Parts: sequence; structure tokens; C-alpha cells
Amino acid sequence: MSLAQKTAFQLLELYRNKKASEEEALTDVVSAVHTKDRDTRSIHAYIDLEHSTPLQKQVSGPLAGIPIALKDNICVEGREATCASEILKGFVSPYSATVVEKLLNAGAVIFGRTNMDEFAFGSSCETSCYGPTRNPRDPERVPGGSSGGSAACVADDTAIASLGSDTGGSIRQPAAFCGVVGMKPTYGRVSRYGLIAFASSLDQIGPITKDVRDNALLLSVIAGHDSKDSTSANVSVPDYLKALEDTKLSGMKIGYPLEIQKDLTPDAAKLMTEAVKILEKKGAVIDRSITLPHTKYAVNVYYIVAPSEASSNLARFDGVRFGHRAAATANLLSMYENTRGHGFGAEAKRRIILGTYSLSSGYYDAYYVKAMKVRTLIKNDFDEAFKKVDAILMPTAPSAAFKLGEKTKDPLEMYLSDIYTISANLAGIPAISIPGALSEGGLPLGLQFLAKPFAEETLYKIAHSYEEALK
Amino acid sequence: MTTLVTIGLEVHVQLASKTKIFCGCAVRFASAPNSQVCPVCLGLPGTLPVLNREVFRLGLKAVLALGGTPSKTIRFDRKNYFYPDLPKGYQISQFADPLGSGGLIEIGSGESLKRVRINRLHLEEDAGKLIHDQSEVSSFVDLNRAGTPLAEIVSEPDLESSEEAYEYLSSLKAILKSIGVSECDMEKGQLRCDANVSVRKLREEPLGKKVEVKNLNSFKAVKAAIEHEIVRQSEALEKGEKIPQETRLWDEARQKTFSMRSKEEAHDYRYFPEPDLVPFSVTPKEIEEARASLPELPKAKKERFMREFQLSDYDASLLSAQNEVAELFETAVKKSLMDAKVAANWITGPVFAYLSERNVSLSQTALTTALLADTAGLVQKGSVSFQAAKEKIFPEVIEKGLDPKMVMKEKNLEQVSDDSALDRWISEVILDNPKVVAEFKGGKETSAMFLVGQVMKKSQGKAHPAKVQSMIRQKLKE
Repeated sequence: MSLAQKTAFQLLELYRNKKASEEEALTDVVSAVHTKDRDTRSIHAYIDLEHSTPLQKQVSGPLAGIPIALKDNICVEGREATCASEILKGFVSPYSATVVEKLLNAGAVIFGRTNMDEFAFGSSCETSCYGPTRNPRDPERVPGGSSGGSAACVADDTAIASLGSDTGGSIRQPAAFCGVVGMKPTYGRVSRYGLIAFASSLDQIGPITKDVRDNALLLSVIAGHDSKDSTSANVSVPDYLKALEDTKLSGMKIGYPLEIQKDLTPDAAKLMTEAVKILEKKGAVIDRSITLPHTKYAVNVYYIVAPSEASSNLARFDGVRFGHRAAATANLLSMYENTRGHGFGAEAKRRIILGTYSLSSGYYDAYYVKAMKVRTLIKNDFDEAFKKVDAILMPTAPSAAFKLGEKTKDPLEMYLSDIYTISANLAGIPAISIPGALSEGGLPLGLQFLAKPFAEETLYKIAHSYEEALK
Repeated sequence: MTTLVTIGLEVHVQLASKTKIFCGCAVRFASAPNSQVCPVCLGLPGTLPVLNREVFRLGLKAVLALGGTPSKTIRFDRKNYFYPDLPKGYQISQFADPLGSGGLIEIGSGESLKRVRINRLHLEEDAGKLIHDQSEVSSFVDLNRAGTPLAEIVSEPDLESSEEAYEYLSSLKAILKSIGVSECDMEKGQLRCDANVSVRKLREEPLGKKVEVKNLNSFKAVKAAIEHEIVRQSEALEKGEKIPQETRLWDEARQKTFSMRSKEEAHDYRYFPEPDLVPFSVTPKEIEEARASLPELPKAKKERFMREFQLSDYDASLLSAQNEVAELFETAVKKSLMDAKVAANWITGPVFAYLSERNVSLSQTALTTALLADTAGLVQKGSVSFQAAKEKIFPEVIEKGLDPKMVMKEKNLEQVSDDSALDRWISEVILDNPKVVAEFKGGKETSAMFLVGQVMKKSQGKAHPAKVQSMIRQKLKE
């Protein structure tokens, strides 16, 4: 068996018992990537393989010798980071993201850049300038997005674990589609310094792993306050692994919101029925009376707030200092127009235009200001709910992975695939997706748990208990 | 045609912080291009701003010194526009909630005292600079200045002439310098001004359309541009033309303004709250600390100088505008080294003349209180004439820190009060000028002064003028 199929904990155990070496593990991962992920016709979880020399700075630490793949929007000193966009091709970062520093200090081996939707704009990994990533469970289907590459490589055993970023579900939805574990931490839990911004008030970096234990381990390494990120929280990081010791859920109250119970697809209904049964068996009490009345506006609010911030965040890609610049232009305006016109893909342009419109004078109050008000109402809904329950349960996505090209023609339908994930970003709360029941067609379905700010421990405890029950 | 002029000023001052507003780069003027930069102020992908708290404290001091009310919560907004000197494609500024609201600057005095209201003071980052003279086909970008901390101070449209605008700027500069918030060195671009000028016919109801004039890089330019605009707009009104709302650029070489963009071409800056910076509350303790750290402000100092030292309004405002000057004056008087009036005359006269001629500040000279007092003392004692002290001794003192008495001796400037020497020069002058002597005797008083002048000339300035005058009068009456 290839060491690439192992979890981080399994590898650490093998290293400790001298049954495998770090070099062997890395060799297995590299060879798995090169056999399974050669080109764009394969799963194509990775981009720019030829420049993916492994990077390690410490030989000891909690992640010593564990290869970690990074989404293409996380900066590593001396390496290209392009957000899967033409406009950033050639941009070599002169600095490393805080999460990269933390991984390296923990002994991890940074290996590989994973594919994504351009600038994380998408739910299928199809808007990448490098071509789409495929779902290892069914290559005709999308891996989800935007962290499609980061989820696919973990599911395909071409990585031990990876980091993704989640603005409206970009870690959880691909984790659900690919049948792996994805955590979107509390806003402020993980430093955003070095994460190329999509929507600053929503973005969070998080781990995608083969199981809950690995996820807890990775988050314990990358979480914590960072003086380089004003929005990172000065809240101490608990020992997440400790939360996994007891797998009983007795005394735990889990809410199953009224709004979610309605309008479930048959697959999602099956997922939830099974989940409730297992959780109750583990001793949890399911509260079916909690309500999140404003979450029905979440998608609407999100598509005002996120593109507004994105339209401003993406202004720096102007061809002046780095990345793509249109050749020989007549004047400054045409340099901007040609650079951005050529450099950005269709979805990026759509969101920039949407956001620019929402922020324009005369529309700002009607769109942005109003959306921010509703955002507060959504957050209040969760605050109220968490007075009654320890966590909230819902599907990660309405359905299993859809086929490539199935939703690319209708952006609105694509946007709706994030209907269950967006609220957590708007409220700033943590949420985890773990594999639940299989769909009618035998595809993975993601089960999502949400908790109050900085209660990642609770999520890991529930997720781990659930995972154990499925074994 | 009589017109009513309405002027409001927007002043950007560079805050005296050693490092930039959102990163740790040094704020250093005239460095090699792009040598004072880091990923954050270059606006590289993935970087985030972190507020330099010193900038906030400086801003808070400025708000309090101007009598404004500090905002309870500090928030920043993004001002979005594209320009190559703006690395992020937006400027981090304060829009909805400025650091300070309200405040006053007093200009004029007595009957003409005027309180110019301040609308707001907000913090923001500066942009970089474009360099156009290095190549025929390309422009270059220097981002050393990007992220330099600025405070923008916006007045209400309370000013009504170019003179008032000039006075407002002088007072503002004096206040900010005295509290150590900004050096306000215009040559280094540390104080920049935009003027909003509108003109309307008297008693005509609505205010005229606002014309914003940019690129005003000196107080003189502000004055000249406003005067130019008043004339230009008045003439247009006279011809029955409408003044369009627009932004105009001051051309220093041609002493004219030119249209830059019309209202229709104005930017939509799409302001929205900066999500990368978390709002924070200003604590009463921070306000108290800022207030306690404020030195006596120029206006209070001026009033105290008038009260304590019986100075004129004019002298008091000159002496209180700069801390180091005020200190020189006050030490000299308080240590009883000099009489207040004498000290005031020396400082506003020879000292200021030297400073403006050399374009230096007092601290860049060798002058001390003791040296100034000693120089003045020589005149008081009659050892040397004021003229000689001012022209021949003082330049050596202020420049090299030389002892004035020594300079006087070396240059052989000691005043002659000895009767016999004076008598000899006077007799010669009387003999040489019979016509003038006759005139004096005929009742023309001023002729005496001519004769005194001749004696001074003959003595090469060394004769004691008061003594000469009384001796001449005595002699001619004989």
C-alpha cells in the first residue's frame, strides 16, 4: 500500500515506529501525484507540478514529515501563487503566508499547489484558467469548489492533507462532494495574512483531511492570533485533539433547524434521517424546534457582500507591479482595460461588475448597506439558536456532486449549491463537513455541523463521534 | 461688480510618525526609489494592513488641539479608484466616521477676529509618486511615499478672501507644529492644500457652484490661486456665464488654473467599510493622555504673552507661532536677561530676518538665549550702536555662536561716547555743511538728523547717536 493513502496520524505513527521514513512517504506522495494526476485529462487536482519541489524547514514538530498541499491562493515565499487566474500568472510571492510559516515550523513539508475556481469564484472548480479538476469518486463530476483541487487530492490519495479557503462554502462543499473532512474555522481563528483575498470579511483558511483527527491536528497548528492580521482573534487555541477522547455525545444538544427540514432533496433527506439516528444513538438530543428565519436571505446577502469586497480586493490586479500586463497599449486606460479584460475570466468579471454596481453611489444604501443589515440579522439568528443548542446540523450541499458543465451556463443555479454553507461565513461561525450517507447514485454526501464562534472543539467532538459510529 | 467669496480648504498634513500608517516601513524623504517598501505598502496579493497606533495618537492630539470632538469608534473605509501610484486600487481612508469632528481656528484679532470652523479631521494613507522624466515612452512608479500617514483637515466654507485663507493656513501650521503632530514642511510635501472657491453676486440667494483647485504647493500658491479664481469667476459672472462645478489644477508657472475634470467626470469612489481593519473604541484614558500631552497652544501662548509681557497683538502672534522661538523669547525675559520689548524687537527683527534669508529654523542656528541677551546688552549699555550690532556683530553670533563682545572688539565697533572725539567730528560736520546748519537755525528741525547722520558716517558708525544728537543741538544753540 502506498504511504500516500495514509492519514497524517498513521504516518506519524509509522515514523515513530521506524516502519516508514519521511522520505518514503514523500516519495510515495510524489509518485502518486505523477501517476494519477499527470495532466488535465486526469483528476487534475494539482497545477504546475514541475515547480512543486517539496519545501521543509524543520525536521521536528507535530507535523514533522507530513506533506501538505496548498490551494493556489496561499502565498509561499519564492513560489508562484496565481489563484488559477491568467492575471496572476508569473507572480512569485516574496513572502510566505502566516499559515505557511506555521506549517513549516511544525515540520510539515509543503508540497504542491492545488487547483481552484479562479479567485475562489465558483462551486465546481470549473472557472480555473488551468482547466477543471475532476471528482475522484466519479471523474465525470465536479469536485466542488472553490477548493476543488485541495479536496480532490486528499480524496484521491495524492495528498495526505491540504489547506483550502472558505468564503461561502469553498472548503466544506468540495469536501462533501469528494467525501473528505473540511473545516471552515471561526472568522479570525486562522490568520488571513498571505491568503489572496476574495472577500475579506468572509474568507477563512481551513484544513481538508481524510479524517477528523487529522483535521483537528492541522487546525491546532495553523490557528492562533497573528499580529499581521488585524481581524485575527486574540483567543487562545485549545487542544483540539483532547476533544476527541470521549466519543459519547450524552448531554449534547444538537439543533436541526425548522427551515432546513423543509424542502430537502431526497438525497439530503436520506442524509439527515440517518444522521439524526446516529447522533441520537450516540446520546445527543436533537432539537427540531430551533429556527433560523433569516437564513433564507443568505444567498442574496452573500452575492452583495462578497462581490462588493471582491471588486475592491481585485483592483490591485492592474498590470502595474506584478502578474499579467497587456502588451503595447496606447495609454494608461487601455493598459488597464486590456490587462484586466484579458486577465480575468468570465466569472471574475461578473463578480467585479456585480460588486462595483452594489457599491456605486445611489445603489450603495439599497444593496450593500441593506445586505449588511440582513447579515446582522442572520448572525442574531445563530446567536439565539446557540442559546439553546451546542451545535446545529444541516446538509453541506443540497445534492451530491453534479456533472462537469451541468451548471456552468446558469450562474444562479451554481450559486444555489452553496445555500447551506454561506450562512456560517456571514455569521462568522465555524462549520465542519464530514462524509455522511451516500446518495442514491452512490456518491458521497456531506453532513455539516455548525457551532458558536471559537467552538471548533465542539464540532470536532461531534464529527469524530459520528465518524467512529460509521466505522 | 461686488461679489461675495466663499472659500473652504482641505489640507493634507503628513503626521510625524517614523513608520508608515499600515506597515513597519520607514517614512523617509528623498530615498532611492522603491527603497522604503514592503509587501504590505506595495499592495502585494495576500497582504493586510495593521494600523500604526502612533498615527492614531498623533491624529487624536491634532483633533484635541483644534478643539474637535474625537470619534468614539475608529473605523476606516476604502476609497476605490485606479491609478498607478495607488498600489491596492483603493486608498484606506476614513469616510463615514472621521477621527475628529468640529473644531475652530481663530484668525485675525480684535475687531477682525474670526472663528473658522473645522468640519472634520480624518486619517488616511498617502499614495506613491509617478516619475515621468526618466524615459520618452514609459513612466515609473516610486512607492516610497505609499502608506505615509496623513491627516486631512477640512474647513467649513467660512473663509472669504485669499488673505483669510493664508492666515488660516498659517495658524493651522503653527498649531500642528507646536504640538509635534506634523513638521508641515511644504517643500517636502508634508502640507498640501486644495481650495474650494465659489463666487456669487451679493445678496443673491444660493451659494455659487463649488470649484475645487488642486496642486497648491505653497501658501503663496494658495493665495495666488484663490485670487486668480475670484477674478476668473467674477468675470464669468459679469458676462452672465454660469460657473460649472469642476476640479481645476493650479499651474504655478503660468499662475492660472485649468479645468481638470467636470462634475460629470468626477470619480465614484465607492466608499465602503475597510473589512481588513477591525473598528476599535477610543477610551477616555487615551483621550486624557492625548490631552495631557498637549503643550500650550499658539493662541493661548499669544494671549499669555500679551498679558504677561504687554506685547502688541502683532509681536505676540509672531513670537508664539513657533515653539522654539517662543522659548527663546520667554527664557530671555523670564531669566531677566532682557526686557520684553527689547527681546521682542530683536527676535522679530534681526533673528527673523536671518532665518528667512537663510531659510533655516532657529534650532539650525547657533543662537542661544545668552548670546542674544549679550548682543542686545551691548546696545543697551551704549557700547555699540543698534545698527552695528545688527549688521556686523549679530550675523557672526547667530551663525557661529561667537561671543558678541569679542566680535565687537575684533571688528573695532565699540561705540565712541568720549566727548572730545565726538566734539571733533561734530565740529568738522558743522563746518562742512553750512547750508544745513543755516536751515536748522532757521527752524528746520529735521536738519539736525542729517547732521547726526553725517557724524555717524564720519565715525564709521561708532559714534553714540543719542549723544551726538544732543551735542549737536547744544552746539548749534550756542
